[in-house]
Amino acid sequence: MALERLYVKSTKQVFGIRGSLLFVKAIGGIKYGEVVEVSLDGTSILGQVIDVSRDVAVIQVFGSAAGITPGHTTVKFYGETIKIPTSMDMLGRIFDGLARPIDGGPRIIPEDYLDIHGSALNPALRVPPSEPIETGISVIDGLLTLVRGQKLPIFSGSGLPHNRIAMQIVRQASVRGSGEKFVVVFGAIGVTFEEAAYFLNELRSMGALDRTVAFIAPASASTVEKLALPRTALTTAEFIAWNYDMHVLTILTDMTNYAESLKEISAAREEVPGRRGYPGYMYTDLATIYERAGRVVTKRGSMTIMPILTMPDDDITHPIPDLTGYITEGQIVLSRDMWRKGIYPPVDVFLSLSRLMKEGIGRGKTREDHREVFSQLISAYAEAQYLRELSAIVGLESLTPRDKKYLEFADLFERKFINQGEHERRNFEQTLDIGWEILSIVPEEELKQISPQTLKKFHPKYRLELEGRM
Amino acid sequence: MSGRTGRIYRISGPLVVAEGLAGVMMYEVVRVGGEGLIGEVIAIRGDRVFIQVYEETSGLTVGEKVVPTGRPLSAELGPGLVSSIYDGLQRPEKEIGARTGSIFIKRGVSVPPLNREIRWGFERSREVKTGDKVLPGDVVGFVKETPLVLHKIMVPPEVSGYVKWVADDGDYTLEDSVAIVSLGDREYEVKMYQSWPIRKPRPYAEKLSPVEPLITGIRVIDYVFPIAKGGKAAIPGGFGTGKTVALQEITKWSHADIAIYVGCGERGNEMSDALTSFMKLLDPRRGRPMMERSVFIANTSNMPVAARETSVFLGVTIGEYFRDMGYDVVMVADSTSRWAEAMREISGRMEEMPGEEGFPAYLSSRLAEFYERAGRVRVLGRPERSGSLTIFGAVSPPGGDFSEPVVRSTVRYVQCFYALDYGLATRRHFPAINWLISYSLYTDFVKAYWNKLSKWSEYREAVLKILQREAELSDIVRLVGPEALPEEDKLVLEVSRMVREDFLQQSALNPVDAYSPPEKDVMIMEAVMEFYRAARRALMKGVTVAKIRELKSRAMIAQMKYYTLEQLREGVFEKVLDSIRSEFKGLLGE
Repeated sequence: MALERLYVKSTKQVFGIRGSLLFVKAIGGIKYGEVVEVSLDGTSILGQVIDVSRDVAVIQVFGSAAGITPGHTTVKFYGETIKIPTSMDMLGRIFDGLARPIDGGPRIIPEDYLDIHGSALNPALRVPPSEPIETGISVIDGLLTLVRGQKLPIFSGSGLPHNRIAMQIVRQASVRGSGEKFVVVFGAIGVTFEEAAYFLNELRSMGALDRTVAFIAPASASTVEKLALPRTALTTAEFIAWNYDMHVLTILTDMTNYAESLKEISAAREEVPGRRGYPGYMYTDLATIYERAGRVVTKRGSMTIMPILTMPDDDITHPIPDLTGYITEGQIVLSRDMWRKGIYPPVDVFLSLSRLMKEGIGRGKTREDHREVFSQLISAYAEAQYLRELSAIVGLESLTPRDKKYLEFADLFERKFINQGEHERRNFEQTLDIGWEILSIVPEEELKQISPQTLKKFHPKYRLELEGRM
Repeated sequence: MSGRTGRIYRISGPLVVAEGLAGVMMYEVVRVGGEGLIGEVIAIRGDRVFIQVYEETSGLTVGEKVVPTGRPLSAELGPGLVSSIYDGLQRPEKEIGARTGSIFIKRGVSVPPLNREIRWGFERSREVKTGDKVLPGDVVGFVKETPLVLHKIMVPPEVSGYVKWVADDGDYTLEDSVAIVSLGDREYEVKMYQSWPIRKPRPYAEKLSPVEPLITGIRVIDYVFPIAKGGKAAIPGGFGTGKTVALQEITKWSHADIAIYVGCGERGNEMSDALTSFMKLLDPRRGRPMMERSVFIANTSNMPVAARETSVFLGVTIGEYFRDMGYDVVMVADSTSRWAEAMREISGRMEEMPGEEGFPAYLSSRLAEFYERAGRVRVLGRPERSGSLTIFGAVSPPGGDFSEPVVRSTVRYVQCFYALDYGLATRRHFPAINWLISYSLYTDFVKAYWNKLSKWSEYREAVLKILQREAELSDIVRLVGPEALPEEDKLVLEVSRMVREDFLQQSALNPVDAYSPPEKDVMIMEAVMEFYRAARRALMKGVTVAKIRELKSRAMIAQMKYYTLEQLREGVFEKVLDSIRSEFKGLLGE
């Protein structure tokens, strides 16, 4: 924020207030996008110029406009856009949406001040993502592998355990390879007091805090702070990834709160609304956040983003998940049915997809049999789902023994493969081995997605034989 | 022309209002502020000039200068276009990276679109001699731009006269003159490049009607819903329906001399994936990397929104330029919805009266301006030649709902409609082109081509009938189960499944199946139809569908797509047909 710097000009000519917008009689030299400080009795709040002409400047304040009095309140102009201090010392610390410490620790000594809006990565310098991140969660690592440089959201619903999944990933995620350094940046936007307390507690107790930077803007924070938080978090992530060659995973929850703030500001500006009241530029706005993920030719680090959002009314066609899905490279969809069955994490594997997975798995990345195990698990589970529906109509008795094997498979697939302890970390090999274990229930000739060589090498039956011989 | 320097009056996102720009023209390029950001005049209201700025505007101040350039936004056209990656303002992104040393796109960078230092090998045309009269479009020489592209150096539109001098064969830079044309006492130096305003269609001699299909290598398009060279198509689809993969496949395998890929407001990683695969993949017809015949325009979703419109028009202009050389050009734009959204944003800031869902009322006419630039034409100049520009535009309707304004406006200007279906995509049927609502209006134009290869008209009609019947039957099946159907209908379901799985489905990931030449389409279809004919005869003689389902030749037909054309020709096709015939003979006990 560069609060230390001297402001250049000030005015008392506020003539209108609407929501968080201040209308000020323009003075010379106001820059579009610059930061302002609005002084109230004893305190001050920050704001930003969002429209300026020779006559009027429109200022959006980062807080409540309560107490602002036209003619008395002073507005000081800093002459700079929103910048945050960044430093490697931020690791292990917790900040608000504008990178101010909220963990009681000292202020950080910045290595650099960076504009939170960032710049677009040069498309010609990008490299297609192709290395995995191990989250330690089987359903993600096995079936929806997250790849470094990818943006893969979790579509959840209210009441589903997305926050717990988020914390599990913060705790467990890592990358392989010697000398590869991994950092998690965690951003919580507009979360309730209870959620914030949960996150703070978890972060403090997890021991992984030294490789984590957290940003939390509670629901009570100003609208603009909530809008700034994802950008603050990503600016910090970029600083770490590109300057220190680290692999950074940024988790942002809950992006639905972000979109709601965007709608609120848009309405205050009296903009023409797009679909369901959300601003027409929401796609672009979300893209400027998510597109900060990627890898580039000249750097060793990578930027991976996992946004979490709750679908209003569990509706995947709602503008928030819909526009997100158009930008991100796949989605992990949580299912209420699975959650009711007691499965954690309750992932709907049919609606979920990781578009970049195929590049990030296999020999030297996860394990050579990954691709085949993945296809086979999905196709067997699909067959089992069909048989479940069928058995609901015709009854279990009329199913063939083969069909019953499939039902058994599906049951185990959900309870042993997808279901997993909140504090249980499984590596890629363990995940794939569990996959094989439950696949071995299905008759061998049904495993059409798996080549004979792979089968001989990994199928538990042959493996036991091999081990027996040794 | 160029008026006086103006001053910024107001800044609102990508929109800047300036005053004091008397004499400025509509769509003129202006340089805004101290950094000289590129902007374009999009409205003039009295003394106020509305400027759409193509770069990030934060930090601009009221009162900063605005300098008119006297020229509309133009593309540079010449050797060096092919294999380039441009942003929406035709700045070469690789060079920007090299020059700024940054991984980010910084604003205010100015790099010429075409490299001025490269010396291109120029070969003069033997048909043009000193003293000859030349007209616009006449070819004066050639540059072998890449092993796949022979770049023709043409007299620019609007220039004509007598040839005073033509350069000898040799290596020249773009700034060197290669010919001098004089008319009266005026002389014009022809260089190897020319510039053309992107919003203005390039002139041609005559528009021709489509006659030949543009083969895309995708069976469902080529065989069922063919597109003609010079045609225009829309590909709408919600997220996850495989839109980008379909577009990439079209760009890769189309039988075109030049492919232009415009990524407009889409994912950066996808762009990079496309670039990488174009460098690796070989053109199946000429065995060279596809990059050697491709031009990329990459304006990702996080780059300035205003430049989405220019990316689309820049792509079209480059396409027309290669068309003018007499080439068949294919251009894909992914996605026109993002461009429409950019229009909506700018329109909102200009406080224009909004149309449906906030889109400006001129959305439709802007789309028309774009699609109407496609076509097959007899181009200007000698030697006489014709060229074509085919356009595929992706549409990304919110929620996958085709009743939204962009889809509805687009269908009015396209002749082919390839509707991507969410249901098909979830069933892993790719390309997820829904055969019940997609259409092509070119079938009559291209039937001569296809009927020379096979009984295309007859088979195509049969296929559509079978698929339609399947759709009708599927409702009944849901109620009573498939076994309750009469044998005749059971066979229809069986054959429609073959059509769907063995013909329409095509894997972009399988190296052999990804590209399917017309001769191969014809063989697979012939086999399916042979099976259908034989099965119907068998039914009449009392054989049940259950028996027919067990035949091994079914599986052989399913495998056909994984064979190359050569393998099919050299025995596989014959073997499949023989097997069908002998198996049915066996069934009938003959």
